[in-house]
Amino acid sequence: MVYLDNAATTKMKESVLSAMMPYFFENFGNASSTYTTPGQAARTALTEARKTIAGCIGATERELYFTSGGSEADNWAIKGVMLKNQKKGNHIITTTIEHHAVLHTCEFLEKQGYKVTYVPVDEYGMVSVSDIENAITDETVLVSVMFANNEIGTINPIAEIGKLCRQKGVYFHTDAVQATGAVEIDVEKQNIDLLSMSAHKFHGPKGVGALYVRKGVQIENLIHGGAQENGKRATTENIAGIVGMAEALSEATANLEEKTAKITALRDYLIKTVLETVPYTRLNGHPEKRLPNNTSFCFKYIEGESLLLSLDMQGYVVSSGSACTSGSLDPSHVLLGIGLPHEIAHGSLRASLSEFTTKEEIDSFIKALVPIVQRLRNMSPLYEGVESK
Amino acid sequence: MYSEKVMDHFSNPRNVGEIEDANAVGTVGNAKCGDIMKIYMKIEDDIIKDVKFKTFGCGAAVATSSMATELVIGKTVDEALKLTNKAVVEALDGLPPAKLHCSVLAEEAIKAAIQDYYDKNGIEKKVDCSGNCAHCHSHSEH
Repeated sequence: MVYLDNAATTKMKESVLSAMMPYFFENFGNASSTYTTPGQAARTALTEARKTIAGCIGATERELYFTSGGSEADNWAIKGVMLKNQKKGNHIITTTIEHHAVLHTCEFLEKQGYKVTYVPVDEYGMVSVSDIENAITDETVLVSVMFANNEIGTINPIAEIGKLCRQKGVYFHTDAVQATGAVEIDVEKQNIDLLSMSAHKFHGPKGVGALYVRKGVQIENLIHGGAQENGKRATTENIAGIVGMAEALSEATANLEEKTAKITALRDYLIKTVLETVPYTRLNGHPEKRLPNNTSFCFKYIEGESLLLSLDMQGYVVSSGSACTSGSLDPSHVLLGIGLPHEIAHGSLRASLSEFTTKEEIDSFIKALVPIVQRLRNMSPLYEGVESK
Repeated sequence: MYSEKVMDHFSNPRNVGEIEDANAVGTVGNAKCGDIMKIYMKIEDDIIKDVKFKTFGCGAAVATSSMATELVIGKTVDEALKLTNKAVVEALDGLPPAKLHCSVLAEEAIKAAIQDYYDKNGIEKKVDCSGNCAHCHSHSEH
């Protein structure tokens, strides 16, 4: 199998599992327990993991809260800030190409009477700082813009948006689920108030994530109960998961530049070769300002799910934003958001790399892809007559 | 998520292509919704002598087109008109619920081709269209 769906999830590293193992067995204790063994070991591990992860994003350990994943972090950031700051206003600004964890949370809040502005993006999926600025009103409490898009990989001008929000006195949240461990994150330099991350996107375990909340940000609890997470998020801590997340993130951010250079070179090779080899194909997202591991294409005249199935049968794992894979009749909101017509958006394919992807895998993927696209085109009524044109 | 039959008809579709001297051609669906089926037929003496299809769409759309052509080839026009989407689904050992509209599209594509045959041959008949294909709010682009 050639796995090119690392934006969906990544394979956990063995070193991460090794780091986690003791916390299932000898150190299985509850971090809230007062006895020394095994509760103490769990408590120590929790503190260490929090320090490690906070350190990776330029935060302090008091500002990092563990969650069940990226979606919970997004939900908490948005609902928590809006609920706690009702006196300040009722307006949220976000974009049209956010992850559903942000969009559906905003839609939920709209039903509760909050006002949401969905700022459009340009043809590359980039948000303009001035569009955000123009959308800010006296009622605005929160701006939420994703660090990098999960489908098309475009990286937003996060530091500039953060700076603007700071000047205007509104909170700035960023969904950095795809960016964490892949690009440099520094919540200080980038003026970020709240940031969501998820461990399984950087070779950590599933079911664990975190929300960074800058000191002083007013936020309501999402999960009420015990005093865990400094009284802000109840539930017995997922110690093994948290330890795994810390191990995975510290490995991901070590030698980040070197790793990024290697993955970026493979990414650009894949993009260049596909565009040169397969006619009637476009690259989605920004050509340079994109995640090192993301490629996204639209192949005209064919539909994404049949492309996916054909590749899958030959052992190549990728994803698509076509309607048939999104479970609705519309193709992905991201592809529509960058202005693609439906018929083009239906033919999308995302191949996302990891540090373990090899050039051999990319070559064999391209070798499989070319005849599959041709076979589907030959079968497509939309392709009739195109060849002869 | 697909049955073996669906995967078989998707990876080795029967009757793909065009018929140059087709006397019945029907197109349903639209690109906006992500599926278009085009059926070509050669009808002689009221019998469907040959049938071919071209489909833009998902795995289920390709498989239902393929199966529908198999089910009508050699049949009389009236027999072909009795083909239901249910029969196509059963012949494929089922489809996921979200993909049932593809089978409706296959049924409608056969009907659209036969309507074309009637129209071209001055037969004043209207094929009964259930309108189920309204999932895309339009039958075809033509």
